[in-house]
Amino acid sequence: MTRPPVVELVDVTRSFPGPPEVQALKSINLRIESGDYLSIVGPSGSGKSTMLNLLGLLDRPSVGEYFLDGASTGSLDEEQRAALRGGKIGFVFQAFHLMPHRTVLDNVLLATLYSGVPRAERESRARAAIDRVGLSHRVDFTPGTLSGGERQRVAVARAVVGSPELLLADEPTGNLDATTSGEVMDLFEELNADGLSLVIITHDRAVAERAERSIRITDGRLLELA
Amino acid sequence: MKLALRRKPKTVSDDTVEAAEPGWGAPPVIARADRFSLQDLLVEASFGIGAKPSRLIMTTLGTVLGIASLVVTIGFAQTAAGQIANQFDAVAATQVLVVPAEASSGGGETVRAGVLPWDAPERVERLAGVERAGLLAEVDLKEAPVTSVPVNDPSAPALFSPAVVAASADLLAAVRGDVVTGRNFDAGHDARGDRVVVLGARAAEQLGINRVDSQPSIFIGETSYTVIGIVDGVERRSDLLDSVIMPMGTARNDFAVGAPSELHVQIDTGAGTLVSRQAPIALSPNAPENFTVTAPSGKSDLQDDIQADVNIVFLILGGIALLAGGLGIANVTMLSVMERIGEIGLRRALGATRRDIGLQFMVESVVIGLLGGLIGSALGVFAVVIVSVAQGWTPILDPWLAIGCALLGAVVGLAAGALPARRASNIEPITALRGS
Repeated sequence: MTRPPVVELVDVTRSFPGPPEVQALKSINLRIESGDYLSIVGPSGSGKSTMLNLLGLLDRPSVGEYFLDGASTGSLDEEQRAALRGGKIGFVFQAFHLMPHRTVLDNVLLATLYSGVPRAERESRARAAIDRVGLSHRVDFTPGTLSGGERQRVAVARAVVGSPELLLADEPTGNLDATTSGEVMDLFEELNADGLSLVIITHDRAVAERAERSIRITDGRLLELA
Repeated sequence: MKLALRRKPKTVSDDTVEAAEPGWGAPPVIARADRFSLQDLLVEASFGIGAKPSRLIMTTLGTVLGIASLVVTIGFAQTAAGQIANQFDAVAATQVLVVPAEASSGGGETVRAGVLPWDAPERVERLAGVERAGLLAEVDLKEAPVTSVPVNDPSAPALFSPAVVAASADLLAAVRGDVVTGRNFDAGHDARGDRVVVLGARAAEQLGINRVDSQPSIFIGETSYTVIGIVDGVERRSDLLDSVIMPMGTARNDFAVGAPSELHVQIDTGAGTLVSRQAPIALSPNAPENFTVTAPSGKSDLQDDIQADVNIVFLILGGIALLAGGLGIANVTMLSVMERIGEIGLRRALGATRRDIGLQFMVESVVIGLLGGLIGSALGVFAVVIVSVAQGWTPILDPWLAIGCALLGAVVGLAAGALPARRASNIEPITALRGS
């Protein structure tokens, strides 16, 4: 039996009521299969943020349907969407968004609070995720003492601790130098090789080109690059 | 949270599967205990509160001051009321006076409407709360002089002669007389009509008598009376110090005293209200209205009065301090929300609902308020105790006051947290996450 695509957008339009009404995304169709490695590029204001919001279940399409892991999300209420977000989607951000006063372990554990990881498994899974990103020697450090690359690895560990289907990375290398960027991208690709579907939104051409598929958003429309 | 929703994936294109394997596509079913339980909420809130200790101190300060001033105000009012009541007790709060009521007889004159019975002390002593009672009657000497030596000298100047009163045996004790020399007369003297007297201290001085072991006599008219004691004190009837006091029986025999004029009753603390209601009925069941009773107001009335007086101003001040404290909490929580926009967005992205976020900030602000309330309450209790000890008072504090004020702090936190929590729950995640 074949798996349904992780993400399927069908004729999705997102417009913001005006005046003037702005159509941030126009009639978009997109399929992301399980295990896909996709990059989304585009200039500022092209609709990347809106795309991220929609894919991350943080916003709803005005028109069209979004199927996540084969299920329609349009009719879910906010709580169900939050639960789905916690359970099936992992986020990595440019600014890391680690809580400065708490240890690496606590930061990773934060993701287990909302995603419904059974209480007894929380710590072991968090430690496993930290181990997976190669930071087991930093478990009790606070983010302030870590390098940028290490911080982003913590954020990746936090994103994958709930075993998501889809990892959404928003400019994950924007605050990192070239070498560290490469290391973080290597980590993403390892995770992808293990079967995690990966969507990276980026400005960085070098980063975008590493992906198997690349999509450009211009003026609210998608263009699949070869 | 239990998500019972399980739907089949809709067919959107030909190569989409008809039916997914269980688990695919369905929102995860999560046990309530596993998703952001109360325990998680409290842990997250406590980290939020503890992140900046110095700010926490400043935030709680207003609540601490407000609650402390409330506790101190009410505590001192209670203590002071107890203290004042204690002082009253020593003299006035344990004394009841019963006199016959007066009725107007026309022509501007008044007559006694009732008559105190001779056995009035026995009647009222049976009442609960009465310690002892004594009768007092004025004695009309018909201008007979009171002297220590009977000299019939028509040319002698008119001397002041002390007043003579008749009393039952217990009266002196009932009006707090201290026998300084000799003894008081007793019920036996009274019953037999023995010619003995007790002198008030100043009357004794006037008559030149300072000791009784030689059995001195005084003369009222030409009749001699043996002085058996000298009495001082008499806080309730200090005019008795200038009087010659003789047993009631003697006065009835020798001077035909018609009726007692006053009944003095010594009561237990706090029995005033009860005794003043029951005494007239005990004295004259048919016509209790014929007596006028002067009694101390009940202790609780007194306390309430004092409390009401002291409280109002300071309660207002405490309320203002508390309001300032609440605004402080609201302000700092709002600041904290603004600073933690990134964290809030992150939590939302990780699966927190708006409600989870609002609840977390709400709990933080309630805990800050409760913390301020507890500290303020403790400080207030300490202040009351320390000042009371320094003044030699008995600190009186209702334990519910301390507990209630601590909880009031939490309520202030709840009210103060409402707006920031609302603001926090309305933050748009992606805007927050990309902003910084």
